[in-house]
Amino acid sequence: MVILINLLGLLLIAFIVWWFWIPRKTSSIEVDKDLIEITVDNGVYTPAHLQLEAGKPVTLRFLRKDSSPCAALVVFDELELSEELPIGKTKDIVLTLDKPGKIHFACQMKMYRGDIAVV
Amino acid sequence: MDTKISAKPVHLSLTGVSCAACVSKIEKALNAVPGVDRAEVNFADRSALVEGEPDTEQLITAVSQAGYGAAVIVDEEQADKEKQEAEYRHYIDLLKKMAAALALGIPLMLYGLSGGPMHVDTLNARIAWFVIGLLTAGIMTFSGAHFYTGAVKSFKAHSANMDTLIALGTGTAWLFSMAVVLAPSLVPESSRHLYFEASAMIIGLINLGLALEVRARGKTSEAIKRLIGLQARTARVIRNNEEMDIAISDVLLDDIIRVRPGEKIPVDGRVIEGSTLIDESMLTGEPMPVEKKSGDEVVAGTLNKSGSILFQAEKVGKDTVLAHIINMVRKAQNSKPSIGRLADKISAIFVPSVMIIAVITALIWYNIGPAPQLAYMLVTATTVLIIACPCALGLATPISVMVGVGKAAEYGILIRNGEALQQSSQLTCMILDKTGTITAGQPTVSTVQAIGDFTSDTLLQYAASLESGSEHPLAEAIVNAARDKNLQLLKVSNFKAIAGHGVSAVVDNKTLLFGNQKLMQDNNVAIADHVKMANDLAKEAQTPMFFAIDGKFAGIIAVSDPIKEDSIAAIQRLKKIGIRIVMITGDNKETARAVAKKVGIDEFFAEVLPEQKSEHVANLQRQGETVGMTGDGINDAPALALANVGFAIGTGTDVAIESADITLMRGSLHGIVDAIDISKATVRNIKQNLFGAFAYNGLGIPVAAGILFPFTGMLLNPVIAGAAMAFSSVTVVSNANRLRFFKSSLKISE
Repeated sequence: MVILINLLGLLLIAFIVWWFWIPRKTSSIEVDKDLIEITVDNGVYTPAHLQLEAGKPVTLRFLRKDSSPCAALVVFDELELSEELPIGKTKDIVLTLDKPGKIHFACQMKMYRGDIAVV
Repeated sequence: MDTKISAKPVHLSLTGVSCAACVSKIEKALNAVPGVDRAEVNFADRSALVEGEPDTEQLITAVSQAGYGAAVIVDEEQADKEKQEAEYRHYIDLLKKMAAALALGIPLMLYGLSGGPMHVDTLNARIAWFVIGLLTAGIMTFSGAHFYTGAVKSFKAHSANMDTLIALGTGTAWLFSMAVVLAPSLVPESSRHLYFEASAMIIGLINLGLALEVRARGKTSEAIKRLIGLQARTARVIRNNEEMDIAISDVLLDDIIRVRPGEKIPVDGRVIEGSTLIDESMLTGEPMPVEKKSGDEVVAGTLNKSGSILFQAEKVGKDTVLAHIINMVRKAQNSKPSIGRLADKISAIFVPSVMIIAVITALIWYNIGPAPQLAYMLVTATTVLIIACPCALGLATPISVMVGVGKAAEYGILIRNGEALQQSSQLTCMILDKTGTITAGQPTVSTVQAIGDFTSDTLLQYAASLESGSEHPLAEAIVNAARDKNLQLLKVSNFKAIAGHGVSAVVDNKTLLFGNQKLMQDNNVAIADHVKMANDLAKEAQTPMFFAIDGKFAGIIAVSDPIKEDSIAAIQRLKKIGIRIVMITGDNKETARAVAKKVGIDEFFAEVLPEQKSEHVANLQRQGETVGMTGDGINDAPALALANVGFAIGTGTDVAIESADITLMRGSLHGIVDAIDISKATVRNIKQNLFGAFAYNGLGIPVAAGILFPFTGMLLNPVIAGAAMAFSSVTVVSNANRLRFFKSSLKISE
């Protein structure tokens, strides 16, 4: 019993590490349109992982359904860009990403997170 | 007749509308959109007003399908009001949830505290507790559904946040208690405790914390609300010889607008008739009203104090200075200085780490803890999950930046981003450009000394006549001085400019020579007795020019760039906060020395070409200084860019806002000191917040895990942990709000 419980505990730790921290191939949504709608609700962006073509302008249309103040801002660290998101309304952010690489976006506290792979 | 209450009309700005025929086409397209009651296109200002409850996206699509462009005109004040209303609704909602959870949690807790039996020995007790368990589940769903759905959603997305911790903590407590009720035999007798009250209390307290946070956060954006509130709602426009009040969003370029005393200037423009005093303090922090007459610029949001004026709109909508300021403050408020990076990195891995700590805690209690192990495992692991607060950590930096940047804006100081704020708190050295920064940047005649037969007024009159055709700043000063004295300009003949030396001409049948010492010597004018006077003037930062009439020395006219009246006091303040001050100027050494001495600066570089200014910045940086550079933002752009913090100083509202890290709307050097003071206060506030958040988690988590138990036998109650967690983020926001009470040391000393 003692061994079982300890083993369970260790497995749980291993699971936490594996689930939250081991980088995995995220299934990025390839954006081939010039507009993509991102819903902000319940602590997540949906979709959270996007893939864009470099140099092509795209509109990210954020729709915030979450009334928690945490969701009020979306911050693009690499672009030094942040926008306030009104509740229940859309907010368009137009981006043209020239350099291939990864751009992250998150709430002020880095709890809601998403990224854009520029290819 | 039944009346229909329609929602707020949608206001669209249209593009591509070239003829009256377009109007009906667009109206038809708009009317076809579902939900539209009435659409009316205003051809004059290229806008459309749509009544009903349509989807704005569909409206825009409809217009573009008809071959035109459309965008929603956003009323900032309206948007802000809606935001506030949404926040208030959220606040009330959270309070309701809190009340429900506490209504169950408090009686249960009091029952437990008063020694009421919380065990499941009899069937009746089990049934009673089962019902309470279900009730708790109901309350948890009503008051805490958002925690659970949030936890599940983010778990699916391989991320974890505060919701995860709350859901895990309260969920575990509830599941354990329910297991005790349903199958007590599975749990050792000594561990058969019930924790329903903890789940309900924690949910209630966290909702209360969130509610208080929403309220406190509302205050952090007061500065931006104040700026938005400066915008006038309507403008009195004169079109077709008719005065009419129209909405501010309908004002067009080149519209003629009347502003009466006591009214706000609605858009940016230039006065074409009348004169008045305008209070620009809301934008520049400059308390003295500014006189405006025909040809002067007026800026939206400022207040007309005395006269009625007509002005022509030059910038409307999002192009006005006020709109730029709002935009910039908003952006800066949301940007993060590097001091917050560490907290960001920790926030990103915080929640899973806490989960791991909770598991380890449980294992330790299981392996080496006293009986009843299971109960101890549960209490400690739950308390660890509940007490940990990623919010305090994540909020520590941005919330202070928000308040600090807003406060600065109140003083007419625009900070471009969080990094500029942090850097200015660390400045050790400040380079001040002389012209236009320490001095007014506008030369004026400071001395007219006539020698011999002519009066000083005649001298000035002749000089002004000579210089009236020149655009040199010194010439302008002389002409202005003559105009101020109502001296008539005379006819000039045989005008000759002698490059680098001066001018000669015939005025009033007299041959005049006006220029430097060399010009006099070349023309054999005896000035030997007067050179000392010229040198003395130069030592007082005046630029002397010799005057000769018919080959005979007649006097000296000196021009100087007056020092701004508060420069000396501001430089004193800078010195007081321990900043090394260096003056830099393109002027000669004599003038530079004189100005430096007058304002109390010990170090200066003179005769510096514009492109050399950045070299001096680099030199000081190599000496280990964190260098601030203050200039007008135009001539010294490279130096401003190279400096750790570039300050652009404006006069009034006439300043390129986005050219520097920090823009001082008011032409006073006091702005630099205030900017540094506010930055220091903000960074200090951030540090307090970060320290508080780290210390809270760093101490709270081990205590929750039971580190004190071996020494004192003390364990933290999960409900207390819930209360601590709920108030930790409120504390951070409230601490940031203290910055709202920042006062300039200048105002304090006054």
